[in-house]
Amino acid sequence: MGIDENIIERWHNSGVLLLGGSAGSFKPILQVVRNLKPGFNKAVIIIIHRNKDFPSEIEKLFGGNCLLPLMEISDKDKIAKNTVYIAPANYHTLIENGDYFSLDVSEAVWHSKPAIDVTFESAADEYKDHCTAILFSGGNQDGAHGMLKLREAGSLTIAQHPDDAEMPEMPAAAINLNGVDYVLRTAEIFELLNK
Amino acid sequence: MRLQALDARLKFVTILDMDVSTESLTAGQMAELIDLVKEVHGFDFSDYTKASLKRRITRVMLIKKTDFYNLKHLLINEPSFFQEFLEEITVNVTEMFRDPSFYKALNTQVLPYLSSYNHIKVWSAGCSSGEEAYSIAILLKEAGLYEKSFIYGTDINTVVLKDARKGIYSLKNIKTHAGNYQLSGTNASLSAYFTSLYDAAAIQNELRANTLFAVHNLISDTVFNEFQLIICRNVFIYFETSLQEKILELFYNSLCPFGFLCLGSKETIRSGLFKTKFRTINQKENIYQKIGD
Repeated sequence: MGIDENIIERWHNSGVLLLGGSAGSFKPILQVVRNLKPGFNKAVIIIIHRNKDFPSEIEKLFGGNCLLPLMEISDKDKIAKNTVYIAPANYHTLIENGDYFSLDVSEAVWHSKPAIDVTFESAADEYKDHCTAILFSGGNQDGAHGMLKLREAGSLTIAQHPDDAEMPEMPAAAINLNGVDYVLRTAEIFELLNK
Repeated sequence: MRLQALDARLKFVTILDMDVSTESLTAGQMAELIDLVKEVHGFDFSDYTKASLKRRITRVMLIKKTDFYNLKHLLINEPSFFQEFLEEITVNVTEMFRDPSFYKALNTQVLPYLSSYNHIKVWSAGCSSGEEAYSIAILLKEAGLYEKSFIYGTDINTVVLKDARKGIYSLKNIKTHAGNYQLSGTNASLSAYFTSLYDAAAIQNELRANTLFAVHNLISDTVFNEFQLIICRNVFIYFETSLQEKILELFYNSLCPFGFLCLGSKETIRSGLFKTKFRTINQKENIYQKIGD
């Protein structure tokens, strides 16, 4: 598939970058976070499946490698551009009114809390076609429905190529559900985000 | 090839595991439902956070296999339906010792202070099925304060209150609870406080004795007692900031001088007004103390 003019234009027009992943997604998402530059002008929202008993590890690791302000989401936090937000463990993260987060402790989805589907579906509702969403490696099917909803709302949806994913189920499920505009190799994802 | 193999596996997806994704309710339809529930049943959801409420209502529609118009019909014409609706749209997921570090902080920073009172009254607001109230009971018991304590649990949902009174939890849930309990810095075992049933366990009668579970609506009901400690965790996340402020006032008025308020780990007092009325005891765990009466 690769990177074409269309994907670059849609990427440039997005105000929000959504990143989702589970097992095997930590490395590529860290790489994305590491390459974000000040003046990037988008809000970045990361939903990664995580162990609730080790709450602050991801923030420490990502925070030490990021040039933009990076924070774990608290309830009613405002959503600002040039900031990286990470969904907290043991809550679902929703988007309210397009400009702040709300948290939710309801049932796990795909045995996951945070669930990628919950945030992506909420983003589709609130932001319509203003997002770029990338779904990385993972061992279950969370995120597929969210990607489909985002795609239907006109947002740009990208799956990490299953051959590049440590665990292919997650991106493959989104592809099979027809929720993906572009399937990109990991290197192509980094290349696009730098454009 | 690989994708085809995955495709075959994907066919085993069960409906139960799938996230809610039916037709989305419009903002206008949401407003209509909120008005209707307020008018017909007297419950005001207008200051609930919309994204979450919408997700819950969509979930009811999926479970009940109903569309927007039929849902309205049920809400107006089926008296028994509203209770079910209320049960489904309010979130009743909770754990004993949820966020073990919070209970550790409560134990070290709040209980020593509470021990100076002759009577300790605790309010678990939005108590759901009682896990939080019983966690506090255990904590007080271990601190030697249970005998002079009384714990009130309140919720708007009468069904979960029945469960709270019984204090019976499935073994699967108890496993999570026991894991949390271990992380909260205790030396004991949670099973010591339960009596085993077949696939469940019941909290000991002694720990139920000093508890009372009753209906109270944080939005429309008022002060009903004076408390040394109010615990309201992961309830504010469902409320807009304006409503949070109203309820903070209710809590402020329900606390004795220098009483403590505990919110969920991701819920903060942001209101300037209330920052002058409470001092922060533990910022990370959102534990506050009433000042300036």
